[in-house]
Amino acid sequence: MSRGIEIRTSPHLKRVVTVDKIMRTVVLALLPIAAFAVWQFGLSALLLLLTTTGVAILTEAFFARVSGRGNTVSDWSVVITGLLLGLTLPPGFPLWMAAVAAFVGVALGKALFGGLGYNVMNPALVGRAFVQAAFPVAITTWTPAFAPGRFTEIIPSTLTPPFMQPIPVDDWVAGLNLDGWSGATPLAIQKFQHIETPLMDTFSGMIAGSAGETSAILILICGLWLAWQRMLDWRIPVSVMAGAVLVALPFWLLDPNIYPSPWFVLCSGGLMLGAWFMASDMVASPVTASGVILYGLFIGALTVVIRLFGGLVEGIMYAILLANALGPLISSWTQPRVYGSK
Amino acid sequence: MSELLNPQEKLTPDTFLRGLWEENPVFVMLLGLCPVLAVTSTTLNALAMGLATTFVLVCSSLLVSLLRHWIPKQVRIASYIVIIATFVTIVDYAIQAISLELYAALGAFIQLIVANCVILGRAEAYASKQRLHTTLVNSLGMGAGFTLALLALGTVREILGNGTILGVSLFSPDFQPWIVMILPPGGFFVLGAWLLLFNWLRESKVRRAAKFTGAPADAR
Repeated sequence: MSRGIEIRTSPHLKRVVTVDKIMRTVVLALLPIAAFAVWQFGLSALLLLLTTTGVAILTEAFFARVSGRGNTVSDWSVVITGLLLGLTLPPGFPLWMAAVAAFVGVALGKALFGGLGYNVMNPALVGRAFVQAAFPVAITTWTPAFAPGRFTEIIPSTLTPPFMQPIPVDDWVAGLNLDGWSGATPLAIQKFQHIETPLMDTFSGMIAGSAGETSAILILICGLWLAWQRMLDWRIPVSVMAGAVLVALPFWLLDPNIYPSPWFVLCSGGLMLGAWFMASDMVASPVTASGVILYGLFIGALTVVIRLFGGLVEGIMYAILLANALGPLISSWTQPRVYGSK
Repeated sequence: MSELLNPQEKLTPDTFLRGLWEENPVFVMLLGLCPVLAVTSTTLNALAMGLATTFVLVCSSLLVSLLRHWIPKQVRIASYIVIIATFVTIVDYAIQAISLELYAALGAFIQLIVANCVILGRAEAYASKQRLHTTLVNSLGMGAGFTLALLALGTVREILGNGTILGVSLFSPDFQPWIVMILPPGGFFVLGAWLLLFNWLRESKVRRAAKFTGAPADAR
């Protein structure tokens, strides 16, 4: 460019933050959570995360090639999708189903809409919603955390041959000789037997559940670090949690024997992971400051409503997907008044 | 008089084949999608629905073509609907008589054939303007195209969602059915995938033709 007078429209001052830098930071924030998942569930969780991330990258590369959009893998966004998807699946989830989820998530949730920046919904959750509807049994088959020998042996259902039903894990779990293992997550135990898992366990992550959703404190730390780096809008996770507490609190005050306590609601299930890493998806959330608060409150409230009164045990996935779909509407409702206009 | 306004089509193989491919009611014109999505969870349902619709389509098109000089323009839609409803009632009773199980599986969608835009579209756009024998061949082609499209969805959804085809098991008992495929979202997924495939085929054909003649490649 010639060094004459340059005429440009605003903005004139920019932060040097590029898409791939944001995405790399988010991946970095997800790594401790992924590492905890591997430490907690062993080799199976590692294979699961590698499969979802690998298939997500391959799918993205394939569609980038077919559509002629150039190399879109290098913006790292698809790595987040793959990692997040793996973190939301049960640790013993058959790998072939995980591959289906990753393919559907990236292809249907992202590539067909036009790639990064055009996806209406969070691609990882689109993939998970698909396998939840396609394989409802496999996605609710839980295995115990901290199983002895988890670094040397693989949960049998992980290596199910493609298109076959998951290999039953009951014999394997019985062989572990664990006390008090009922095959259910704290959420299910609370919902059906009204027994609350101690707060310390759900907070620290010493519980069964999806690979990366167990440790509330770790997700909180990674999320806070990301918010401090300004890589996510803090209003979203805060309002998701506020929405959840606002709905859960009255019921708990009414009958604490049946309804879960607000802190249990916050620390159990996928609420933390969903609030910090999925609801905050930059593309699929509303663009206005007041809009994201409305969006977050809606997600939190709907999650608790599904948990308390729905047929499903956990509701964060559908709550986020629904709120994603409402995103553009919320954005248009909450358009700020332009200075000087009426 | 109407013969002058509407040039009469000559009977060619294309009269029949158009309905199968070029003007396929489902994959090209996107008409009558309600039964396409709703009753294609198994191959048998799809086949029955396709045949029932074809019967109504052919019979009503023939009657509309026969009466095309007598139906006043102002009340033609109402007249077509009465004609179509007559044949739908016949099909409704016939399916009840043949198989009550099938009747229950297809549910309200048999009566809803009366509102199928493929049939009304044919009556309005073709049968009311064309001669009897071309109408017969054209509506047969359209019916066959509609049935084929239903079968295309029905087989994929039954194979993936249930591991069977026409109720016959295809895989080992360990096969994991993709339950979503026999649920309503599966209909949208499979229809979308077929549309993707056919659009891609059509576009690549246009692109190849453009390459051959040296014309600019623009599929749309």
